[in-house]
Amino acid sequence: MFPRPIEKSSPAWAATYQALVPMALVLWLLPLIAVAVFSIKPDVDFTTGNYWGWPSAFKGFENYGKVFFASDMPRYLLNSVLITVPTVIGAVALSCMTGFALGVYKFRGNLLLFFMFVAGNFVPFQILMVPVRDLTLDMGLYNTKLGLVLFHVAFQTGFCTLFMRNFIRALPFELIEAARVEGVAEWRIFWFVVLPLMKPAIAALSVLIFTFIWNDYFWAVVLTQGAESQPVTAGITSFNAQYRAAYHLMSAGSIVAALPPVAMFFLMQRHFIAGLTLGAVK
Amino acid sequence: MVDTTTPLNDGAPGWIRRNRQTLAPALFLLPGVLFFAFYVIFPIVQSFNLSFYRWDGLGEPVYVGAENYIELMDDRAFEVSMWNNLKWLLMYLLAIPAGLAIALFLNQNVVGIRLYKSLFFFPFVISQVVVGLVFSWFYDPTFGLLNQILGFFGFGTVNVLGDPNLVTYGIIVAGLWPQTAYCMILYLTGLNAVDPEQVEAARLDGAKGMKMLWYVIIPQLRPATFIAFVVTIIGALRSFDLISIMTNGGPFGSSRVLSFYMFEKALSEYGFRMGYGAAIAVVLFLIMLSFIAYFLWSMYQEEKGGR
Repeated sequence: MFPRPIEKSSPAWAATYQALVPMALVLWLLPLIAVAVFSIKPDVDFTTGNYWGWPSAFKGFENYGKVFFASDMPRYLLNSVLITVPTVIGAVALSCMTGFALGVYKFRGNLLLFFMFVAGNFVPFQILMVPVRDLTLDMGLYNTKLGLVLFHVAFQTGFCTLFMRNFIRALPFELIEAARVEGVAEWRIFWFVVLPLMKPAIAALSVLIFTFIWNDYFWAVVLTQGAESQPVTAGITSFNAQYRAAYHLMSAGSIVAALPPVAMFFLMQRHFIAGLTLGAVK
Repeated sequence: MVDTTTPLNDGAPGWIRRNRQTLAPALFLLPGVLFFAFYVIFPIVQSFNLSFYRWDGLGEPVYVGAENYIELMDDRAFEVSMWNNLKWLLMYLLAIPAGLAIALFLNQNVVGIRLYKSLFFFPFVISQVVVGLVFSWFYDPTFGLLNQILGFFGFGTVNVLGDPNLVTYGIIVAGLWPQTAYCMILYLTGLNAVDPEQVEAARLDGAKGMKMLWYVIIPQLRPATFIAFVVTIIGALRSFDLISIMTNGGPFGSSRVLSFYMFEKALSEYGFRMGYGAAIAVVLFLIMLSFIAYFLWSMYQEEKGGR
């Protein structure tokens, strides 16, 4: 293990380390802690200039209550859910199939097709922006959740295929060969042999894609406008315009907007990290 | 005795049975490939084509040849954006050593370390929009925490986001926050897989501290470093959200990068210049392509070694 385990060094240093870690953490999260403190302050604190002092009163319930009951925030949150969940399902379903095809079969152009998915996933969004916006307008899907979902599914399929294909490659190939020898149809091999083994990959990808799509801002701005279809990342700017200089409300709104992926991360931590670090270890 | 080398007849017609090995992958690939081609590959081609036109997004596009590209060469704002992109690229790479440092710091087995690790990773999970808001308040000249701290040590007020010379660095620091967290988690996973026997052997040979890190640990972290490098470069060139939220390109356009400038030209209230925007996007794409080619080449080298 590197660095040398702390238990093996002097007790004094071990104690210092134990104290150092929480201090470093507070420093690291300082900007965020500041916002959390802001979000429970009453608005008089901001007019009297008490930005960093102790909150003169606890107004957490009032502030968060306003976010939930006196603004468009619930609407935006619902939109985000309705955009994110179908995208996760669509992209994972498509990439299970593409990943299976590219990981299991040998055919000409396999690697080429695979690299096309990988390359597409790294492309800058701006090269797609004008044509995709135009396409969406032509299909009558501009400013609809469906328009966003369709694009997200297509784009995320690139990343998901990379992920799934490499995962399937690492499965024991003998299983598939054995099934073939038994004369099992290919789609049955996919459904009954490979898919059950892919559960960890599906879980990891789902949380990752959920986070990516929830946090997307660029496409939300390009393909939607207005409260009826905008997700929360884009909605927060109109929310802030509504409550300009009301820092306690803007802070509460930001925390609410950031919360779902955070909750997802803490609930599915193992899968999340397994997904992010795939390939970081040989 | 049943001959097990030929598939049993499962009722499929002869033609399907004979071509199963070609047909199956084609069918499995079809939906994904169609979607991807329609929304990703085809639009790239269209953008290249559009960059030779003048188009306001409504009327008929007018073919103007290389005019957009010629205009780019004299465009001051384009030049500023390019320089800022370079700053982003170089400074963003700091996330890699910073992530490694935090990972080394946290790679211990003390009580509660797992919770600490996840809390350190926290910034990556939050949307860049919120990170941008948080940092613009952090930098605020009247009440921001940064100036409170500077004031405590007797320094004057700095308006980071209002100063054309500082603004890009200020935004990059905000971007480094989640990016460092990402690199940290990659290295934590990498450190977990470091071969303990090699470390012990090196220890017996008297290696420790920086020497051990440089000659024994870092070479074993190569896969993690490669991924950290890939995601950091891509992240740096994709920077858009933070700029849009924190400064909207200002002050005086001094914090623009190509991705933001393209958006501004093509879709802002100052008029839709889709062709010109497409030309900027093509330049950005070509820069990215050189990196993509390198990544694919590395992946190809690895594939040749595998099955």
